[in-house]
Amino acid sequence: MEKIENKPIAIQLKGITKTFGNVSANKDVTMDVRRGEILAVLGENGSGKTTLMNMIAGIYYPDEGQIFVNGEEAVIRSPQDAFRHGIGMIHQHFKLVDVFTAAQNIVLGVREKGRYKLKDANERVFEIAEKYGFHIDPEKKVYEMSVSEKQTVEIVKVLYRGADILILDEPTAVLTPQETEKLFDVLRRMRDDGKSIIIITHKLNEVLEISDRVAVLRKGEYVGTVETAETNELALTEMMVGKKVSLNIERTEPENSCDRLFVAHLNCRDREGVKKLDDVTFTARAGEILGIAGIAGSGQRELLEAIAGLQHLESGEITYIDPESGEEVNLRDKTPMQIRELGVRLSFVPEDRLGMGLVGNMDIVDNMMLRSYGKGKSIFLDRKDPKKLAENIIESLEVVTPGLHTPVRRLSGGNVQKVLVGREIASTPTVLMAAYPVRGLDINSSYTIYNLLTKQKENGVAVIFVGEDLDVLIELCDRILVIGSGRVAGILDGRTAKKEEIGLLMTGSRENTGAAAENEAEENLEENIPDGKGGAHE
Amino acid sequence: MIVGFLSSAIRLSATFLYGSTGEIITEKSGHLNLGVPGIMSVGAALGCLCEYYLLKSIGTSVPFLLILLPLLVTFAGGALMGLLYSFLTVSLRANQNVTGLAMTTFGVGLAGYLINSIKAQMAIITRASKYYTTLFPFADKLGWFGEIFLSHGILVYLAIAVAIVAQIVLNKTRIGLNLRAVGENPATADAVGINVTLYRYAATCIGCGISSIGGLFCIMDYMGGNWEYILEVFGWLSIALVIFTLWRPALSILGSIIFGALYIASSYISGITFAQIELIRMLPYVVTIVVLIITSIINSRETQPPANLGLNYFREDR
Repeated sequence: MEKIENKPIAIQLKGITKTFGNVSANKDVTMDVRRGEILAVLGENGSGKTTLMNMIAGIYYPDEGQIFVNGEEAVIRSPQDAFRHGIGMIHQHFKLVDVFTAAQNIVLGVREKGRYKLKDANERVFEIAEKYGFHIDPEKKVYEMSVSEKQTVEIVKVLYRGADILILDEPTAVLTPQETEKLFDVLRRMRDDGKSIIIITHKLNEVLEISDRVAVLRKGEYVGTVETAETNELALTEMMVGKKVSLNIERTEPENSCDRLFVAHLNCRDREGVKKLDDVTFTARAGEILGIAGIAGSGQRELLEAIAGLQHLESGEITYIDPESGEEVNLRDKTPMQIRELGVRLSFVPEDRLGMGLVGNMDIVDNMMLRSYGKGKSIFLDRKDPKKLAENIIESLEVVTPGLHTPVRRLSGGNVQKVLVGREIASTPTVLMAAYPVRGLDINSSYTIYNLLTKQKENGVAVIFVGEDLDVLIELCDRILVIGSGRVAGILDGRTAKKEEIGLLMTGSRENTGAAAENEAEENLEENIPDGKGGAHE
Repeated sequence: MIVGFLSSAIRLSATFLYGSTGEIITEKSGHLNLGVPGIMSVGAALGCLCEYYLLKSIGTSVPFLLILLPLLVTFAGGALMGLLYSFLTVSLRANQNVTGLAMTTFGVGLAGYLINSIKAQMAIITRASKYYTTLFPFADKLGWFGEIFLSHGILVYLAIAVAIVAQIVLNKTRIGLNLRAVGENPATADAVGINVTLYRYAATCIGCGISSIGGLFCIMDYMGGNWEYILEVFGWLSIALVIFTLWRPALSILGSIIFGALYIASSYISGITFAQIELIRMLPYVVTIVVLIITSIINSRETQPPANLGLNYFREDR
């Protein structure tokens, strides 16, 4: 293969600086991207990766510095300017119009001559898809698509505009391992076609797998670029964080493990009548982390919400075993308030942090009160205890905030999550459920959260952890429940499970859905449990 | 009597049709403009003022100017109100609901003030009304067909034409696609290089301009040149009609006739009390609620309002 240094430069950044208010997102960044390479941009949250890329894509305009495209200085003031220079960005949150078809989304905003005809667009979409090995239906509406299909639309959208510099912001965050592989194949094909690809990601193993070079940012500053072949995970992390960190999750052996929560034969449907949970049965044990793996939207949310008393069930049983008295408490069809009144200490970290977890416009203290509002005796608020708790959390979890009274929506994702997890843990739960608690968090904050979960487990809490990074699930969890299309596809031992095995279970049951009979779920279950280690049926 | 009923229903329907077509265009950009009653009032008042001064200066010597100039003034007045609304919501980021309601109270009040300034000699504009009310002189020779469909003034046919053009532009052109994208997901539109601010301003100004013509039509044609404080009611009905027709201007042609028929039905039923008349006049709102219930039950993405309706967009909001 041709040496990367010899390849022509596609984009060169010189002294790029961008500040928001008095926070500088990027400081004097100078780096380059070559043609025909895949460059990974690595950095913690808030290190300015996305801001930097947004400046290349025309979403923001740099305060200082220059951008050169193919050797010429380019002024990129809008996405349209970026397209003119052949630059296209695929954002982390898909920018698609739900009620439009794939083709309508793809041609949106394109200034072409001649009449607006969707048929011609459909043909060109097909051509592009053919060339790089995509599968796409131009007439499908976006709201009917899976996440990976939506991503395909985004990529084709950029290619349709003739981009030869593609920026992908966290493209694998929502994909299964198999879908990720497919995406990487496409990316490699585009690279071989001479396109430049910039990929922003948190996942070090993917960086090592896909990229030719890695550029690292730290706190808005450019640290350096290294050739992927000459580096490894530890070295990259050091560059990112600026100090040595241990990337090991310490998984302790479960102690005094006992059954805490029985979930049996749960069934539920959503408002449209689509089955969301299909005969879900499992047990959560105290002193153990039970991981839940599955493609996004496979019923994870419904499952946790059902346990938390937020989801109406068609049938099934949820039974909690009181750790002190050993009594069985039925939690089905109870509201969160009733559950608390029963003396069940259930904590829930929902995936939608600012929607279900916290109130964005309220400060940290008031958000603490959301869990304890029932305690007060007078009609006036008593902010003393919540304030103490808030100070405690800020200190112990190193929450970065301008003050106690800053609205939480102004905090960064990682800090919001720390506030939420901190509050939930502070109520000394016996069952702790966390859905995607590290979504969008940088590597350091992620490990803080993992360690918090492990500490809870050591304290004898039954932890249920819904995750998307399979490597982490395998490292962190004692048992992993794989869910596919609302069914338990298998329960694996976290110490012996293989990533590929989980990936297959995640997707496998999805393909079966159509043909499979209702009660086949049970059979699947038994087949997939290796040597009864999982112990799904109690 | 049926013929007369249908004919009147179609005639009144133009008011709602202008109102709703304009509001649909506005709402497609993501602006929930509750200021329609005020905008129709202001537009109509400005149109009447223009009519008044025209009659005073040139009299009835050039009839087509008596329609064209007030029409343009009305449109400009509505568009100005739209500009004010857009300035408040897009540039100053004011809450859309509050802004819209403020436009209604402001507009209705302003219209009353303007009309009061010429009130003493207001009756003179009834002389111009006859140019609004007929277009085809041969209509009464064609029996019932002529009376129902051809006996109306030019603004009735213009309303239908505007609705059809709006439907085509929204669904068959690139501008329409871009506009719908702005209302559905402005961040997406922005990222592909559509000027969200421009589209919102333009759609709102054009939409408000069209809505306000409904006001002028109502006074000059339907009321025969007599100012009545009825536009506020018709403005709200126009907004209800937008929901009733599921944001489709073509459906609005039929919907506006239904609204018109329901609104005037009480005068064609003999021997009912005042209370019953008011109950019958409520029917347009009732059918709108029924449509809302039905679409909520069906819950199809195709019958939903623009996803970002009522939400302001700031690019750097994270």
